[in-house]
Amino acid sequence: MQKIGVFVCHCGTNIAGTVDVKAVAEALGKEPGVVFSTEYQYMCSEAGQNLIKDAIKNYGLTGIVVCSCSPRMHEATFRKTAAAAGLNSYMVEIANIREQCSWIHKDVKVATEKAIVLGRTAIAKVALNTPLTASETPVVKRALVIGGGIAGIQTALDIADAGYEVDLVEKEPTIGGKMAQIDKTFPTLDCAACILTPKMVDCAQNEKIHIYAYSEVESVKGFVGNFNVTIKKKARFVDETKCTGCGICTEKCPMKKTPNLFNLGLDNRSAIYIPFAQAIPKIATIDADYCNMLKNGKCGVCSKVCAAGAIDYKQQDQYIEQQYGAIVVATGFNPIKLDNYSEFAYNESPDVVTSLELERLMNAAGPNGGTLLRPSDKTHPHTIVFVQCVGSRDTTDCGKPYCSKICCMYTAKHAMLIRDKYPDTEVYVFYMDVRTPGKNFDEFYRRAVEDYGVHYIKGMVGKVMPQPDGKLLVRGSDLLTDEQLKIEADMVVLAAAIEPDKTARPLATMLTASMDTNDFFTEAHPKLRPVESPTAGIFLSGVCQGPKDIPETVAQASAAAAKVIGLLAKPALKSNPCTAHSDENLCNGCSSCERVCPYGAISYVDKEFRMPDRTTKVRRVASVNPAVCQGCGACTVACPSGAMDLSGFSNKQIMAEVDAICR
Amino acid sequence: MTFSYYPGCTLKTKAKELDAYARRSAEALGITLAELPDWQCCGGVYNNTKDEIATKLSSVRALISAKEQGNKLVTLCSACHNVIKRTKNEIETNDDMAFRVSNYMQCDARKDSDTEVVHFFELLRDTVGFDELKKKVVNPLTGRKIAAYYGCLLLRPGKVLQFDNPENPKIMEDFIRALGATPVIYPMRNECCGGYIAIESSEAARKNSAAIYESAEGFGADCMITACPLCRYNLIKAESTVPVVYFTELLAEALGVK
Repeated sequence: MQKIGVFVCHCGTNIAGTVDVKAVAEALGKEPGVVFSTEYQYMCSEAGQNLIKDAIKNYGLTGIVVCSCSPRMHEATFRKTAAAAGLNSYMVEIANIREQCSWIHKDVKVATEKAIVLGRTAIAKVALNTPLTASETPVVKRALVIGGGIAGIQTALDIADAGYEVDLVEKEPTIGGKMAQIDKTFPTLDCAACILTPKMVDCAQNEKIHIYAYSEVESVKGFVGNFNVTIKKKARFVDETKCTGCGICTEKCPMKKTPNLFNLGLDNRSAIYIPFAQAIPKIATIDADYCNMLKNGKCGVCSKVCAAGAIDYKQQDQYIEQQYGAIVVATGFNPIKLDNYSEFAYNESPDVVTSLELERLMNAAGPNGGTLLRPSDKTHPHTIVFVQCVGSRDTTDCGKPYCSKICCMYTAKHAMLIRDKYPDTEVYVFYMDVRTPGKNFDEFYRRAVEDYGVHYIKGMVGKVMPQPDGKLLVRGSDLLTDEQLKIEADMVVLAAAIEPDKTARPLATMLTASMDTNDFFTEAHPKLRPVESPTAGIFLSGVCQGPKDIPETVAQASAAAAKVIGLLAKPALKSNPCTAHSDENLCNGCSSCERVCPYGAISYVDKEFRMPDRTTKVRRVASVNPAVCQGCGACTVACPSGAMDLSGFSNKQIMAEVDAICR
Repeated sequence: MTFSYYPGCTLKTKAKELDAYARRSAEALGITLAELPDWQCCGGVYNNTKDEIATKLSSVRALISAKEQGNKLVTLCSACHNVIKRTKNEIETNDDMAFRVSNYMQCDARKDSDTEVVHFFELLRDTVGFDELKKKVVNPLTGRKIAAYYGCLLLRPGKVLQFDNPENPKIMEDFIRALGATPVIYPMRNECCGGYIAIESSEAARKNSAAIYESAEGFGADCMITACPLCRYNLIKAESTVPVVYFTELLAEALGVK
């Protein structure tokens, strides 16, 4: 018989406000096996933990139940407390009477009753707990960073700086991401390329960093400390080891009408291309959708002009397998498609552009060499209207419900830069709210209004109407003066909402990392563990976790790196002892468990069994690799013969819990 | 194919040609429009007052009547289409409305008025098919530059009417192309003509309507088409410099039955 101690936490008024904690402690004290039951204001405090330790020693407790907050919050805390008092950590059960009880109920009587049931359930379980010992697994001293934008670059540099190997996987032919496309950065207005490209070069030159550009993560297996990843290196049709990046092929290629995606399709490039001058790695890539040689077998010009003999039309995708101790997701964002916003005439008029397109139009390496011209007729625009929150803070199902966070600042930047360079251009900004928290951010916005004379109008644009003369008639409302406005503009710039990159969702499935409804990766704790995924060994860097500007992205990137370094520095990791195991005498070899296991931890082996008639028989039975098993329990549910069981969550324990609830 | 047909009051008075050309065209396309017996006014304007039910019941009668005939219900006037379709939607989505309608009509509202409401444009697009229509055109309107004027009632509320993308519709342009003419795309094609504001402030309606035909004219239209008698009234009242005709007139012309 276990000697069980029960500890009911008030959590200040969080629990005690709705649950009669004294009554709970008293009722649970009468449960079979309970030899000690008490309540305390803050069980997680030092005094509270000492109370638990003393009780374990004084009463010789063999199991404890803490009725408190979610186990996600403090299970680890109380396991440590138990261990410090000499009790096996796995003899601790948490009854969540906060998130699942006090916070969601108002009626004290009902909440108290429910808290008692939850406590009783935990007691029933702990009565059947057995001490478990965690084994140790070694940590592979190598990190994988997925996404080569500023977030991935910074994380990779910081991890490499600590002396660990880092592989940086980028799906585009070059690293750099969105920051490489941006012209100037707020609030200091320094040129994005000038501060980004040295970091890109650092990545290339750092011998600890290996860049897999034009590559994607194909599959992820394993677990924290021992991930097994397959990387697909897409065929560039150019031998990376030979290409010198001279660019002659791009000049001679006759397929000049290929949309230049780096300039967001605002101009054209050749079918063989280097995305931009400072690309890393500076290696040409053939766009298979446009290359005449790859499509029709006719041309071959690039192959003829390449002095290095680097062109290889027969190149195939390559698959690379590598082990990693930790994985950092830095998959970034894209502006949303504007198909749901026909009222802004984005698809109808080339002079209606997104803010990212404006960055390219204003960039010296952009389609107009840095002179801002209307895309339709290449004339100088005299009136420009900016529309903020296009698809952001949108509670209809057209856009995104969240604030994209960066648009207020970059729109102020665009407005200011245009007024500075072209003082004869009138600039209007329609806004819902101007949100500029951040160091020197609000000062920046005020400069746009006060020093540069940008017309800020509180209100939304209802419609953009292309006129027969090529102008854009913008109809909107000014909410402060309660007037309907009509502005005849030459260009309209839409601050499109940002959304996570489309590759993030399938990647999250591969990593078994959770996401929110907007496809942003979920952090382990919104305040206290902001750069870790709830899945052990997966870390988050940049906008993949939520909208962020560059300074915040870089800060989070370094934070993620620090977490990775902390993990890789450990000689070994304690593995979770709550793993599945199969009773070979009951296993009928059906493979149900193998099929449902998301971690590939189950395999089948042929084993000899001694039969009652003293003969031996070979049977096919399931075998779990405890180092790979994550203890999700899918196999125990799938097993038709009841052979599969989970340590710490055995079928018997679960049934005892259900019984305790139904009693 | 036989469809129940709801013409509406205006088509019997001010907009007889909208009705007549539609009937002739339908015949030419092999479609039988069976006018509902004893139909009543649709209610005129969709009533947003929560407790107003009387005006909606006449739409319900049309729905029930078509259901009894076992037909889909074809409408022609934008306003009637809007009122009938929205009434049907309210019965579907609002329990209280369904309950009250059932009581007033002594029927099971959700079942008995569950009639598919099809606008004549939708009939052309989904039943005839624009490709098929194109084949049946005997006088292609080649060279004619025609501006489609949608107005609001066919398009909005978008989720209920489900007619086309309310911000950037294309069904009328596809119709114009099928007749062999060139559609003129202009930004005011889905803006309001002023509607019934004409009763209270003819100047407000005139301003709205003027902006519409000026926009169409600016983009080179030599003719505007509409499915709505009120839109046509407002545009003509505002002295439209572009002729405004019912779409069925062009259809009849192209099919050689004008």
